[in-house]
Amino acid sequence: MWLTSSSVGRKLIMSISGLFLIMFLAFHMSMNLVAIVSSEAYNAVCGFLGSNWYAVAGTAVLAAGVFVHFAYAIMLTLQNRKARGEQRYAVSENQKSVEWSSQNMFVLGAIVIIGLAIHLSHFWAHMMLPELVGSEELLLTADGTTYAPTDGAGLISYTFKNPINVVLYVIWLVALWFHLTHGMWSAIQTIGWNNKIWMCRWKLISNIFATVVCFGFMAVVVYGYFA
Amino acid sequence: MEKLINITLKVWRQRGPQEKGAFETYQLENISTESSFLEMLDVLNEKLVKERKEPVVFDHDCREGICGMCSLYINGHPHGKDQEVTTCQLHMRRFNDGDTITIEPWRSAAFPVIRDLMVDRSAFDKIMQAGGYTSVNTGGIPDANAIPIPKPVADEAMDAASCIGCGACVAACKNGSAMLFVSAKVSQLALLPQGKVEAAKRVKAMIAKMDELGFGNCTNTGACEAECPKAVSISNIARLNREFICAKLKD
Repeated sequence: MWLTSSSVGRKLIMSISGLFLIMFLAFHMSMNLVAIVSSEAYNAVCGFLGSNWYAVAGTAVLAAGVFVHFAYAIMLTLQNRKARGEQRYAVSENQKSVEWSSQNMFVLGAIVIIGLAIHLSHFWAHMMLPELVGSEELLLTADGTTYAPTDGAGLISYTFKNPINVVLYVIWLVALWFHLTHGMWSAIQTIGWNNKIWMCRWKLISNIFATVVCFGFMAVVVYGYFA
Repeated sequence: MEKLINITLKVWRQRGPQEKGAFETYQLENISTESSFLEMLDVLNEKLVKERKEPVVFDHDCREGICGMCSLYINGHPHGKDQEVTTCQLHMRRFNDGDTITIEPWRSAAFPVIRDLMVDRSAFDKIMQAGGYTSVNTGGIPDANAIPIPKPVADEAMDAASCIGCGACVAACKNGSAMLFVSAKVSQLALLPQGKVEAAKRVKAMIAKMDELGFGNCTNTGACEAECPKAVSISNIARLNREFICAKLKD
């Protein structure tokens, strides 16, 4: 199978899974912005998704996307380290045109995955998970308030009242920004939809997209802190 | 204006592919800033021969930037820090009195060191033999206007064809990927009518050989393009991906 046995095929899997996750980020960010406008509307969105079959199916596909992207990242990184050889350069410098993010995609991706785990423990574990396992237990916080699985807005203000969480999420989103600025145009390049004219256009589109997405997410974090 | 400078060289010495290498330090005095980098190495080797020591082995041939033989990793850059020059076109006027210059061979699993600064780049020849040619009979020399080719297309094919196969792209790549070289060699033919005939077969054969020889997977860092002495564009890599994916989908 050329998708897994050739270098371009393996890169294509990275590219398609990456673009899929990018589209999910755009959806998730738009959904989050609702929380700033109205808590009731946001909770209505949470209720609409909840643990309905389409939300569970979507989550399963997403989890598969993250797994494929991460598994191939590990595989490609190991292959590339082997191709580079055991003997490293004593002195090595980059030309200015080489993006820092492009040289550190694996590290950035690892930060994103760790952030994802923290994020799932903050929200998914108290929203979809209890409904999935049929647990009636509500999240009981230190100050004695409880949050229903569909009370997304409540969870947002509870989570981001803690400044440590705000700092963690900002670090996560900055790593995501760097990952996206390279990842998006690189995915397009791997598919082959690029040429001399579109090269700078795709890079600009990636920068704008990454900035909009990361600022959108960050706006909700900051809103939660002050709300 | 000519100036004489004193420099310190840190040169990688390695007696053979299986031997362990190490850096040796040499002092050179009164090097003319008008000499080329390779002439400076000639001065070093003459000095070593006079001292009855083994001269430093390095690749070089035409010394005018077209053959692709010279291959030194100088102060952290293939062919030195200057852009769009090969090592033989690099001059000592780019260095200052008292500088320490570190010279290493290309480092990549697919380019094993033969001796000192000389590496085995025959992997590139093997990729070319796999499909980097046209086997259609084009007959005698046709009139230039017999097959009209738009000027932008001809220019792009010519830019791709300017690749001299020196291997700086592989040397610069943190992934040891040969995609810039292969993409240039695929593009120079795939863009032109005579080359299009075998384009699908060619791209599949050359990528398969490239993977087999142990080159890495491209992650689009662009280090290759930035260090390429002929400024071959990574837009060729997009074309290579496109050609390969389309050829495989048609199978």
